[in-house]
Amino acid sequence: MSEDVTLSILRFRPEVDREPHFQTYTVPYREDWVVLDALNHIKDHLDATLSYRWSCHMAICGSCGMMINGEPKLACHAFLRDYRHDGIRIEPLDHFPIERDLVIVMDSFMEKLSSVKPFVIAKEEKPLSDGEHLQSPLQLMAFKQYTLCINCLLCYAACPQCGLKEDFVGPAALALAHRYNLDSRDDGNDQRADVVASNEGVWECTFVGACSEVCPKHVDPAAAIQQAKISASLDWFKAWLLPGAHR
Amino acid sequence: MSRRPYIRKLERNWWLGQRRYVVYMVRELTSLFIGLYCVLLVVGLFRLAQGRAAWDGFLAALSSPPGVLLQLVCLAFATYHSLTWFALTPKAMPLMVRGEPVPAMAIVGMHYGAWAVVSLIVLMAAGI
Amino acid sequence: MARSNKPILWLPFAGGGLVAALIIPVLIVITGILVPLGVVRLPYDKMTAFAHNPLGKLILFGTVALPAWHAAHRLRMTAHDLGLGDGAAVKALCYGAAGILIVVAAAMLVAI
Repeated sequence: MSEDVTLSILRFRPEVDREPHFQTYTVPYREDWVVLDALNHIKDHLDATLSYRWSCHMAICGSCGMMINGEPKLACHAFLRDYRHDGIRIEPLDHFPIERDLVIVMDSFMEKLSSVKPFVIAKEEKPLSDGEHLQSPLQLMAFKQYTLCINCLLCYAACPQCGLKEDFVGPAALALAHRYNLDSRDDGNDQRADVVASNEGVWECTFVGACSEVCPKHVDPAAAIQQAKISASLDWFKAWLLPGAHR
Repeated sequence: MSRRPYIRKLERNWWLGQRRYVVYMVRELTSLFIGLYCVLLVVGLFRLAQGRAAWDGFLAALSSPPGVLLQLVCLAFATYHSLTWFALTPKAMPLMVRGEPVPAMAIVGMHYGAWAVVSLIVLMAAGI
Repeated sequence: MARSNKPILWLPFAGGGLVAALIIPVLIVITGILVPLGVVRLPYDKMTAFAHNPLGKLILFGTVALPAWHAAHRLRMTAHDLGLGDGAAVKALCYGAAGILIVVAAAMLVAI
């Protein structure tokens, strides 16, 4: 069965292009191919200049995020057979500057990620001789879901607030902050609050929920952010009622 | 190597681009109609304070065709607000009871239960 | 970045959302369907008696004030979504309108 699939890909080469423009390619249809396989076919056989990020090909590294027919998806997670009848339109992830072709500039995300201090901030530093932090299964369950983020940025592409306000810390970074705030070994809530509880943090979110819908690892950043709003509000009132009682 | 990152402008009608965003906008606009009904309620309080004749006039206005039409539109949006609010609450407030997470459906169900109880109480108070 | 004072706007918004969800639909059923149909009468005497009662005043106030605030905050955020920005004018319009409704409601309930 010799079927072909047409891909329409947004190209942008800063050294020659003033504006991005679509370029179409025809690749063979294979029942088991994902969009990433089609891109690799293009790069190997049709057009070596096409640039895109990818690595694991199994939806765990988070590299190959792109807009596929207007929806943020991992290219390794989108099967050709699901798009066969529609034609496939591929663009770089929304809400990020385009570096080249399907490669986006993610520097802003890297800054946002580090700004939430995504590491255990212990109450007191334990000497090694004291042994490990002990954590029960119940304590792990409290935050485990939010550890699954692969930083693929699909949530940033889906979130309209990320499009409307560049400074918005964003779903993945806020979900990761929540992951640490819920960790029983951590006492860094206060230190993260200047970012998390700022106007550019959880308060920019209007619970559209698109982030959680597109997340390939079911992290549910939307839930994390709403929970963080409630705890930020309670902290705010505690601080207001008991000023100076900063942890 | 010259870098010249290209910034795509977000269109003002971005929310028309995808069904999920249109649904979101409708959800947010429920607040407009809730607000309108609050205006109606405040007008009612005003008329009540003005006296019997004013209050009766208010009730008559409520019962007029445009009054009913406006209120039916408000009712549709207010109900949609209730449905979406209840559905989202479990995400914002996950509950743990005796070490087990309370299923989302249970939280939603409790809200529907409260909705029914409140509605019944109000209906009875109004003289149903 | 610094901690925001948004909670002072957000907590009443959240409370108002719950109150609106629980009570507004049945109120509209009463005023928009049952009263026009004549199934329910809301006689002046009964309404003023309810509004004379301190608990009645509190209930009426909460029923109006919290949903009004909820609507104001949500419309302010939606204005931003629609490209109208988040400037002083939007905030003044939204919270100002809610403020007027709340003050008038309080004044009326004190007067009745």
